[in-house]
Formats: sequence, C-alpha cells, structure tokens
Amino acid sequence: MEISDGAVRILAGMLETRSGQQLGQGRRWRIETELRPLMKARGIETLDGFVDHLVRGGEPHLADIVVDALLNNETFFFRDVAAFDLLEQKGLGRLRHARGETTRRLRIWCAACSTGQEAYSLAMLIADMPRLWDGWTVDILASDVSHSAIDRAREGLYSQLEIQRGLPVRRMLRYFRKEGEQWRIDPAIRRMVRFQAHNLVEQPPLGLFDLILCRNVLLYFSGDVRRLVLGRLAGAIAPDGVLMLGAGETVIGNSDAFVSDYEARGLYRPRLDLSRSGAAGRAA
Amino acid sequence: MKTCLVVDDSKVIRKVARHILETLDFEVAEAGDGQEALEHCQATPPDVVLLDWNMPVMSGMEFLRALGQTELPSRPKVVFCTTENGMAHIRAAIDAGADEYVMKPFDRETLENKLQLVGVA
Repeated sequence: MEISDGAVRILAGMLETRSGQQLGQGRRWRIETELRPLMKARGIETLDGFVDHLVRGGEPHLADIVVDALLNNETFFFRDVAAFDLLEQKGLGRLRHARGETTRRLRIWCAACSTGQEAYSLAMLIADMPRLWDGWTVDILASDVSHSAIDRAREGLYSQLEIQRGLPVRRMLRYFRKEGEQWRIDPAIRRMVRFQAHNLVEQPPLGLFDLILCRNVLLYFSGDVRRLVLGRLAGAIAPDGVLMLGAGETVIGNSDAFVSDYEARGLYRPRLDLSRSGAAGRAA
Repeated sequence: MKTCLVVDDSKVIRKVARHILETLDFEVAEAGDGQEALEHCQATPPDVVLLDWNMPVMSGMEFLRALGQTELPSRPKVVFCTTENGMAHIRAAIDAGADEYVMKPFDRETLENKLQLVGVA
C-alpha cells in the first residue's frame, strides 16, 4: 500500500515526540500492517487518507492508539538464555551478597517491559530459588511506554505461541495454568510485579533501583535520546547497582555514567564519580 | 554438525521440520513412527529427537519409554512436538523423560529456542 513521504514524516514525528523512538527504515513495515485494522474500522482506504484523518484531530485518542500500534512489542520469556544465566550468577548473586547482611531488600526496574515476559522471567528466576531469597523483600517494577502493552502485561495471559518462546517447559508447568487456548501466569508470580506506564525520556520512577533492565529499546532511539535515557537510568540506579542492556546494546559511546562490569561482560555498573549527582536529590 | 531425528507420521510435518532444522545447521534424519525411530537410535543415536505423540505402530510415548530401556552410547535429547497441548499431556511427557515440549503449530524461533534449551543448538 502506498504512503507519501509527508505522511511517513508525520507518523515518525508523532512516534518520536510521544515515545522518543524513531521510525527507522526497519520499522516502516509496521505502518501498513499495524495501521490497516485502524483504517478498516474507520472505512478509510488509503494510508494518506488515514494520516489526514489523524491530523485533523477529530478523534482525541487516535494519536495514542497509532503510537501504540507503531511501537515494537516483540519480546519473549528469558530472552537470551545466556544473559539471564549471567544475571543470576553475577548480577543477582553480587546484589544478594551485598544486601544479605543489611536490608535484604531488592528493588528491580524492568524499564521497557513490553507485554511483561521479561519481568515475569525475573520473578520466576527468584521464585525458583526460595531458599536463597528466604526473608527477602523483592520489589519488581515493570514499565513500558505502551499502555496497551502494560494492560496485557498486567493481565498475565499469553497465547500458545508466546508461552513457547523462551520458556522452559518445566517452568511453564510450574508457573502457568491453561485457560482455554491461553496460558495464565501463576497469581503468586503476578503479585511479585507492579506494572505502570512510563516513558523512558521522562523522569524515572522514584527511589533507587538495585537492578535495572533496559533491553532492546535503546536501539530505537536517536543518539541524543539514547544519551538522555542512559542519563535518566544513571540517576535511578543504586551506587552498587547493576544495569543490564540488550545483547546488541552498549553504553560505550552513549554514556560515561556507566562502566562495563569487569566480572560480567554484558552487565554495567554506575561510574560512582558521575552518577550520583543526578540521583541524590531524588533518592527515596 | 549436530544430528536430529524427526519422528512424525506426517510427511508434511517432517518436511517443514527438516527445512527449519537444516537452516539451523542440523543434519536431519526422518522416521515415520516410534518403532522406526527406535531402530534408528540403536543404529546411529542422534543428538536430539523431535517426537510426535500420535503415530501408528509405536506412539511417541511408547517410543520414549522404550528408549529409556535401551542401552545407547549416548542418550539423545527428546523434544516432543505435538498438537497435544493439555497440561496433563505435557506433564506426562516430561515425567516419562522428555526434555522439552513444543506445541504445534510452531515457528522457527520457537523450535530454535527449544533446541537451545536442551543444549543442542
């Protein structure tokens, strides 16, 4: 289906303004596939016609719906098995050691949780080892810019295809129940996670987090926005906290507020001399 | 190169699975039922068996039990791949010794991920 460059620019601008994310060449296919149902529901036959309808502003919430549709919510359970192994052995292991003699409290932020699989993966990882976490308070906050993704995450109900992506069968049997053709997360795992809508370019949630996961979203930002977001994360992480990015993402060239974890390649630590200035005033 | 034995009475499913597995750099062999699969495993044990549930001659569950009683130089990993998607079926397969479980229909990513989970991809 044809779409004019002008209409693409309008959609790209709307997406970037509201989410910070770019509509790169690799995501343009989403315009047709994701907007077609919205066009059909309104009896509009062309993409240009739909964009015209959008900018006229007759439907107050249509822009939110369009932005939600253009965001990529691709995710799956335990995405990148090696990364989760590393996180458990090095990241969580170190935090457990550091907090074990003091607060026995862990605050985790899944900063781009999409439809919830990553946050629930973390919750399952912790629930798998009750003896290690006995007596701990683990608070998992999961956020995403997409309201519809957060609604789905809160629901904790997944299709057969989704449930099979990344989730070992034994964990599926332990933590899910079948409802018709879908699979429902165990209520105890559901209760471990709080979900809220949040835009990464805005101020982070209050308090300092021991572990922040911000995976597979930085790649959708421009360099400037990437630097802004990493600055926000630096202000939200505890001085001895752990940052985990996606497999193809790095802080190198994007932020000097974090350094690679020399004990665990793929994890990052805040650079203490830089990261505190933004955090001190907000610490809970 | 890792080897995979695809056990399914449907030629179409075997063809689809073979295509996916070959893109994942597996050497693929096929069997149309559990008995044929057991004979193949005795002669040349693969790294992994992709196993259907309902088949003539010998079902997937019967194959799995027979495999457990067969002496082999190395036991292949077994991934059930079936339309049986009830929890009771899945639990029974795992209790009988299956390493992973794929519910049909499946896509390349799902299969690749399950093969990673059992350590052969």
